[in-house]
Amino acid sequence: MTAVLSVDGATLSFDDKVIWENLNFQVQPGEFVALIGANGSGKSMLLKSILGQQQLTSGDITFMGKKASSGSTDIGYIPQHRALDSHLPLRVFDAVRLGLDGHRFGLPLTSSKTKGAVMEALAKVDATEMANIPLGELSGGEMQRVRVAQALIGKPKLILADEPLSALDLNHQQVVSGLIADQAKKQGSAVIFVTHDLNPISDYVDRVIYLAHGKYEIGTTDEVMQSDVLSKLYGTEIDVVRNQGRIVVLGAHDHNHHEDEQWV
Amino acid sequence: MEFSDVFNFSDYDRLIPLVTNSLWAGALIALIGGLVGVFVMNRELSFAVHGISELSFAGAAIFLLIGFDVVLGSVVGSITAALIIALLGDKSKDRNSIVAVLMPFGLGLGILALALYPGRAANKFGLLTGQIVAVDDPKLASLAVISAIVLVVLFLIWRPLLFATLDVEVAAARGVKTKLLGIVFVLLLGLAVAGAVQVVGALLVLALLVTPAAAALRLSKSQLWVPVLSVLFAMVSMLGGILLALGGGLPISPYVTTISFLIYLIARGASWVIDKTAVKA
Repeated sequence: MTAVLSVDGATLSFDDKVIWENLNFQVQPGEFVALIGANGSGKSMLLKSILGQQQLTSGDITFMGKKASSGSTDIGYIPQHRALDSHLPLRVFDAVRLGLDGHRFGLPLTSSKTKGAVMEALAKVDATEMANIPLGELSGGEMQRVRVAQALIGKPKLILADEPLSALDLNHQQVVSGLIADQAKKQGSAVIFVTHDLNPISDYVDRVIYLAHGKYEIGTTDEVMQSDVLSKLYGTEIDVVRNQGRIVVLGAHDHNHHEDEQWV
Repeated sequence: MEFSDVFNFSDYDRLIPLVTNSLWAGALIALIGGLVGVFVMNRELSFAVHGISELSFAGAAIFLLIGFDVVLGSVVGSITAALIIALLGDKSKDRNSIVAVLMPFGLGLGILALALYPGRAANKFGLLTGQIVAVDDPKLASLAVISAIVLVVLFLIWRPLLFATLDVEVAAARGVKTKLLGIVFVLLLGLAVAGAVQVVGALLVLALLVTPAAAALRLSKSQLWVPVLSVLFAMVSMLGGILLALGGGLPISPYVTTISFLIYLIARGASWVIDKTAVKA
């Protein structure tokens, strides 16, 4: 099986600050990879590099056999939640539809086939009733579900999700992570899922990439989420506690993080 | 000044044929202005429109002075401004300061050229405030070509441009050339401005490229109805303005801008009433 994504010796640094160094991993079709690490560890930067929007300092990123460059219709991207300009004369339906064919030239005329595909994508995120609501009137969580539908409707080979659960309530966290996992298993899409909490997605994760201080660990959840592994990565004492199926990381101090414990 | 200077429709039937060209030109400009305006609003380019129109005016005035085609001068001026804004002003903040720097320079350059121009004063100010009987056949032909280019290219890039306007990161991730599209759109905007300057004058371009779209966005959030209403409002302002201007001895602009402004006020009022009723219901 050929890898969907191959990262070979990828290094990113700005001036003297190394964001991450010598990353090496491959992602296979259908594989669900969680990308975690503290703020400033370069998780979003890694996604941007895969999208070809951030130049590597050295190394290569190959997507479907080609050097990653300026996006692809085989990628579904779910950005971090942020407020949207409410002026746009677009409804939920129109936004999801752009995820299907927004890259094509011409006017957005809607065929019955397109309409069916959009309504199906909306039904999956539990948003059928929202189809005709203007985007400007959505709450943060509703907008995030629209973004998920927009990213999945094109049946991408690779899903890049940047903290997609951040604006969602618990119920929709489950809906959205289940949906992304389902896409991975049934359609064979590879997933890179940026998060700082493994627990909502622990059932789906095949492997974890943990970024810290320019270094990384990769492996299954059980391999990476160990006190000795993370202590070595951070260079300081870290406790990984398992409690009723939840994983809690204690003492993951970070320059950009001033909490005593970090829920991973 | 008598009231009859503002409204006097005694010889109306004989005057209409004199402005047939202007009516056609007005309709073309209203069509492209109304459509381009929808993206101007959503890409926050209103201020850039003003900057482009001042350089368009400068180009037209300079070409008038040296005896070249005024429409061509207008196009050269606005394309130059559009390129500067597109290439230097990637972020909205940068763009505003670049426009603010360009605008007075363009206006000053244009006024200099007009001051040096030996022709009649009425022709001079037409470029700033609009003129109704100045559209001759060659000018109408150039406006038709400009409008055709804008219309064809805009319809071609409509969908990816909409995607890039909605969410530039997601569109780029799907392979949309967002930067290139942004530049192409600003160039189309430059062409539309150059056309509008010929009819309403440089100072009042916003009344055609921003006000109708702003009014339409008050009334609808539909991606079909906003452009349709925007074009309709631009048409009513433009053609209504020309027909009213014919009745008086005043320039066309006050009529066009007043109608356009009234439509905006009515749209705001209507959206306020609709919102209020919606809350009650």
